[in-house]
Formats: sequence, C-alpha cells, structure tokens
Amino acid sequence: MIEVKNIEKSFGDSKVLKGVSTVFETGKTNLIIGQSGSGKTVLLKSLLGIHAPDSGTIEFDGRVYSELDPDEKRELRTEIGMVFQGSALFDSMTVAENVAFPLKMFTTDTGSKIQDRVDFVLKRVNLIDAHKKLPSEISGGMQKRVAIARAIVNNPKYLFCDEPNSGLDPNTSTLIDNLIKEITEEYNITTVINTHDMNSVMEIGENILFLKNGVKEWQGTKEEIFVTDNKAIVEFVYSSNLFKKVREAYLKG
Amino acid sequence: MLIRYLSQIGRYFLMLKEIFNKQTKWSVMKKLIFKEIDDLIIDSLGIVCFISFFVGGVVAIQTALNLTNPLIPKYLIGFATRQSVILEFAPTFISVIMAGKMGSFITSSIGTMRVTEQIDALEVMGVNSLNYLVFPKIIALLLYPFVIGISMFLGIFGGWLAGVYGGFTTSDDFIMGAQMEFIPFHITYAFIKTIIFAMLLATIPSFHGYYMKGGALEVGKASTVAFVWTSVSIILFNYILTQLLLGS
Repeated sequence: MIEVKNIEKSFGDSKVLKGVSTVFETGKTNLIIGQSGSGKTVLLKSLLGIHAPDSGTIEFDGRVYSELDPDEKRELRTEIGMVFQGSALFDSMTVAENVAFPLKMFTTDTGSKIQDRVDFVLKRVNLIDAHKKLPSEISGGMQKRVAIARAIVNNPKYLFCDEPNSGLDPNTSTLIDNLIKEITEEYNITTVINTHDMNSVMEIGENILFLKNGVKEWQGTKEEIFVTDNKAIVEFVYSSNLFKKVREAYLKG
Repeated sequence: MLIRYLSQIGRYFLMLKEIFNKQTKWSVMKKLIFKEIDDLIIDSLGIVCFISFFVGGVVAIQTALNLTNPLIPKYLIGFATRQSVILEFAPTFISVIMAGKMGSFITSSIGTMRVTEQIDALEVMGVNSLNYLVFPKIIALLLYPFVIGISMFLGIFGGWLAGVYGGFTTSDDFIMGAQMEFIPFHITYAFIKTIIFAMLLATIPSFHGYYMKGGALEVGKASTVAFVWTSVSIILFNYILTQLLLGS
C-alpha cells in the first residue's frame, strides 16, 4: 500500500500539486486521471522519487520515503517496477537483455537461472519469440509488453505505469490493460497507472483518483464513476458521446 | 550570465563526485568498459592514423619550404617535425579533433537516453546512472595515451615520407634531426597533457548529454555545445599545463 499525505509541489511560481492525499491499495489497479496539466505526471514522478515534494509525505508500506537514507532509498527502488510512456527500453540491448537487466544488476543469480526467469516473464507477456530482437525491430505494443516484462522480472512490490496505452491501437490497448490487471492480482502488487484512456478507466479502474488543477477532486471505483454527480469528473469522463451513451445504458440497467 | 556559468561548473564537479558513488556490479561494469573501449578508442584509430600521417607530412613540407636560407641545415626539417608532432599536434590537436568525434558521440548517446527516458528508467531501478554511464568511459579513456602514441609515431613517419620522397631532405638528415637534442621529459609532458585531456573528453560531453532537456533538436544542440566547451577546456588546460611543466 502506498499512502500519500498532503503533498505539495511547485515549479517556480507554479504550484502543481496542492495538498494531495490518497491511498493506493495493494492488489488493485489504481488509476490517476485528469486533464493535461492537472498534476498527474508530477504526482507519479513524486511517487517514483524523481521529484521531491515540497511538503507532505509518501509512505511505502509504512516506510516514509523522505526519511530513508540514500541506501534505503535505492533498496526501495529495487522493489519498484516502472513502465514508461515511451517504454524506455535500452536500445543497445536485445529484448532478452533488457528484461534480464534488473536481475543482473540486483541479484546474485547467474546464467541459466537468469535465462529461466527471463523466459518465464517473456512467456507471461506472450513474447517468447522476440528474445534476440532489438527494441527498434519490434512494434510499439511489443515494446510496451517488453517494458512490462522488465518491470515485473524482479518481483516488484510496486508497479507504476505512465500512459501505458499511448500510441497503441484499441486491441493492443485492451491487451496491455488486461495484462497489467492480471499481473497485479497474480503477484499482489500495488499498481499505479497514470492514464488519459477512458477505456482503461472503464476496464480496469478499481481505484480511480481524479486530479483537477493539482487537487484531488474525486476518488472511487469504475462502478461509482457511473453514478457520481461530481460535475468535474462527469464533464471529464463523459466528454465523448460514446461514454455518455455507455453511462446512460448503465444507469438504465 | 556569470552566475549561470558558475552554477554549471559547480554542477559539473558535483557530477564528478556522483560518478564514483555507488559502483555498478563489476560483472556488468566489465562489459560496459569493453564496449566503451571499442566505441571510443578502437573506432577512433582510423581517423587518428589518417590525420596524423598527413598532417605530419604537411608539417615537414611546410618547414622545408620555409628553410630558404642555404646556411640552415636540412636536418632541421626532422627536428621541427618531431617537436611539432610530439609537443602539440599529437596531444593537443588530436584531442580537439576527438572532442568533435568522441565528444559528439558521447553527448548524443547519453542525450538520447535522457530524451527517451532510459536514464529515468535506470534511476527508478535504483542504478546510479552517472556511474553506469560515465565511469566506463573514464576507464576506457585511460587507453587514450596509446592513441596519442600511435599519432606521434605516424606523424613523424608521415613527415619522413613526405620529406624524403618529396625531395626536400635526405633520410639520414631527417633521422638525424628527429634524434637531435631529444629531451625525454617532452614525452612525459605530452602524456601528462593527454591524460588530463582524456578526462575532459570523457566528462564534459557526458555532462552536456546527461543534463540536457528537450527533444531530438536539443540533443544536436547539446552535442555542439559540448564540442565547444571541451575544445575550450583543452586549449585552456594546454596553456596552463605548458606554463606549469615547461615554463620554469
């Protein structure tokens, strides 16, 4: 579980996060949604330790991040898996080398043991045939799956995904969403996803945080999103006719 | 403006400190070092050999053409070629050329990793990205004096070939001049400079790539800025080291 308590973050005169408090639950897909500039990415980067909040605390299962010494922070980071928006695969390494990277860096495992684990996670993301390919030789959807494989290869406790569906076709998006949800439940991970994709919200949103202008505007489940009367989230989620109709159909039963 | 430069210099020294913190596992680092030796040292040999050979030849021809007084002995062609190549051309000007070749490679490769979030990925995993990316380059460039040694040899050899086969001097005169009043400390001085320049070549382009912001266009700009600053630093250090080592 990740507990965020009243965090604030400014860049120059611009206050991006204005006292956000929330809880991201273990074994659930926690989604952060909001318009561009609402503070989603800054919140995610604060959770990852890339940005230090100006005030407030972030607790990883009781461990307050800002109170950890540098070695403890690095130790905590080895428990984190991250799927970046652009996949961020190392372009000089093959798919298998990318996935094996965290194992080579942080475990004492060698040779066949690493190979077995890499085979296992690549099979889990349906990419067993892509072993020797370079990231530039595979599609965007496959790159995302390699990034997911790399993020989970070390059995992380926390999985963060930044716009995992951006630039993907609807079928591949659904595949990635389902994969993340399955992995979250299978390994009991605390998963936090930063997304714009309303399909993802409807498919896998078990705990949805809606940010507006750096403030927590609403939090709930995908079922609650259909019945909420919060004007800001209704305007945001149901800005498309398709989702309006989905909502009407849901409310009619 | 001055404050900005000072803060950049401060940031550069903080980066140097961070490079040596939290070392990457040796089994991983070993492979990175060999890769950097291949990319930075081996891949530079061709251009260094080509430039050294022909510039050595040009130095010999230019010296010969300027020795118009019949009282000046022809062996001075060999002497001038040796002195020019060993003292300045090989250590300093090859390093300025390498600031363009190696420097732009280092800045663009690290800058591209920054733009595509690969450096963020390393940091999030708990890897000291500066150690992972820059330390192997520093170790690889400890072999840079060998490159300069080859440059010295080929520069003088090019001078001999151009001098003798261009009809400017005899082989015996050139070799006599090349051996005349040889001061072994000049070689030491050249290699001291080379080691310092190697550190500048590894770290200044890395600094500009690592801390760049923006997209593909900014990677190109960062490479240009890195080349300018690396060249300026090499020229400045060349002056300071020459004053310190040969000036007294």
